[in-house]
Amino acid sequence: MSEQLINARDLHKYYSIKSGYLQPSKNLKALAGASFELYAGKTLAVVGESGCGKSTLARLLTMIEQPTSGQLSIDGIDVAITTDKSIKKQLRQSIQMVFQDPFGSLNPRQKIGNIIQEPLIINTDLSTNERHQKVLEMMELVGLRKEHFQRYPHMFSGGQRQRVAIARALILKPKVVVLDEPVSALDVSIQAQVINLLIELQQELGLAYVFISHDLSVVRHIADEILVMYLGKPVEQGPSEVIFNNPKHPYTQALLSATPSTNINTKRQRIKLIGELPSPINPPTGCAFNPRCQHAHKSCKISEPIMETYGESQAACLALDEGRI
Amino acid sequence: MALLEITNLTVEFATATGSLRAVDGINLSVDEREILAIVGESGSGKSVAMLALMGLLPWTAKVSADSMLFDGQDLLGMNDKQRRKIIGKDISMIFQEPMTSLNPCFTVGYQITEVLCQHFGGKRRSYNNRAIELLNQVGIPAAESRLNSYPHQLSGGMCQRVMIAMMIACQPKLLIADEPTTALDVTIQAQILELLIELQKNHGMALVLITHDMAVVAETAERVVVLYAGQQVEQRKAEKLFKNPKHPYSEALLNALPERAQDKLLNAIPGVVPGQMDRPQGCLFSPRCSYAQEVCRQEPPKLKDGILCHFPLSQPKAISVESE
Repeated sequence: MSEQLINARDLHKYYSIKSGYLQPSKNLKALAGASFELYAGKTLAVVGESGCGKSTLARLLTMIEQPTSGQLSIDGIDVAITTDKSIKKQLRQSIQMVFQDPFGSLNPRQKIGNIIQEPLIINTDLSTNERHQKVLEMMELVGLRKEHFQRYPHMFSGGQRQRVAIARALILKPKVVVLDEPVSALDVSIQAQVINLLIELQQELGLAYVFISHDLSVVRHIADEILVMYLGKPVEQGPSEVIFNNPKHPYTQALLSATPSTNINTKRQRIKLIGELPSPINPPTGCAFNPRCQHAHKSCKISEPIMETYGESQAACLALDEGRI
Repeated sequence: MALLEITNLTVEFATATGSLRAVDGINLSVDEREILAIVGESGSGKSVAMLALMGLLPWTAKVSADSMLFDGQDLLGMNDKQRRKIIGKDISMIFQEPMTSLNPCFTVGYQITEVLCQHFGGKRRSYNNRAIELLNQVGIPAAESRLNSYPHQLSGGMCQRVMIAMMIACQPKLLIADEPTTALDVTIQAQILELLIELQKNHGMALVLITHDMAVVAETAERVVVLYAGQQVEQRKAEKLFKNPKHPYSEALLNALPERAQDKLLNAIPGVVPGQMDRPQGCLFSPRCSYAQEVCRQEPPKLKDGILCHFPLSQPKAISVESE
């Protein structure tokens, strides 16, 4: 077994929301009880609609925010307990992030070379020459040319900018990279280039990825493990092949059937999901998915399902529990 | 006769560094009650071509075409005033970003009734019932109370539904949807696509779907036009295109999809769409094409049977579709 890099147990993150003067603040449960492990060289995909807590999870993992409760250890060190600043700094270096929108995540007034070397300036005391050398090596690794060093982000296409963002994330030699929808802003052909780059980098450097996406066809291709979330709660998790070939939770099934496919010969029966994600401030009682679920029963509106193991995967569904599906 | 008939449409932009040809001699025809998909990467001119049809391009654009006929009327010879009577009424368009294409300062109800007042005259109030009916049609729950909502109070999917309600308000003959689902989640995407197809069937509209997602095309379209760098490289029935793409670019686009990958690495198309400065001499796709020969790099190909290629593919290059 390879090295365990992230161990999350029952992570919660609540934001308190003021609804008005003199009114008590409410809790927005952005993330309610995510548990998973991540090993070196593996990819964990976090899947769900917008508003399901994927990005909150990314913010917790990168230590931008502290979890409200639950345990998160990165590289064997518990993040919540550690107060030692130097250890925290080291942890931050070992987990980096690539954001969704390559047009928004790069400073338009900085040159590419400066963007990539900024983490080095902050975290190391290398000389200018050494930094340049490192940046040039990294640029070559992600498929950028030397002359790009002096250029500005607006001179690049979306795919190339995403390469810059990846180079910036990798320059500190992290062990884990959190990819927040890294290809959803790109065209199909460019998307394939970036995914190939990510796969090659993973094989070369033994990186672990947390891959956040709502595009299941991409996830199927890149992920080893999958965590499906709905309204802040994990509803199903397990190995990629198992989840795709035999989805257990009605939400996972609906997500899979909603993903368009070019395979015209196999017209699938589409499971229609009615309505949209409910508000996380005022979630439905019982199972959060019950208003949209075709298997919803009386009991689904009353009690909350918990994660149970079914074969190789885990799912949180009362209908499964009671053997109704 | 076709509902929309465009021949040899060319759009050029005057830029500081010379003229940029965004659309290069496109021929399009859309029949009544047909779903046509226009596919291509960003920069392939798919949106610009449709904006040219709508007359929504800025003054820097020079639009020329041999003919541009809609329902027997010549759109080219029309002045702006005459064109405005057709645009929004008989031809309407849905844009990509639902959040930014609605006006944040006005309520949803105002924006829907505005279209009706504009084209049919009369008081705004009198159209309130029609607006509620429209919102119901596009599947917005509690339509009556939604009339007074502002766009920021609605989710992306809801905003897109409002956009669609506005666009079908005048019962157009042709609806152009420019990447209607790109900004949305998969489950919402499926809902919106289903809604568009349902409306297309019920209202007998023609639908032009602009997208870069081949999978969306496969699920919806009857006929497909593939654009590359402003040129039309392939135009065929959807079924045939997916079984046996003739142009190397169409094939490459299909093969780049993760679901068609044979091993861990995807079949990416190397390089990017050529820009204004680096337009190749011969076939525009030749620098990225895996079949390119000397002729391709020297001479631009001619359109033959709807395919712009020196050497159209006859057999699909071992596309093994994963069995599901």
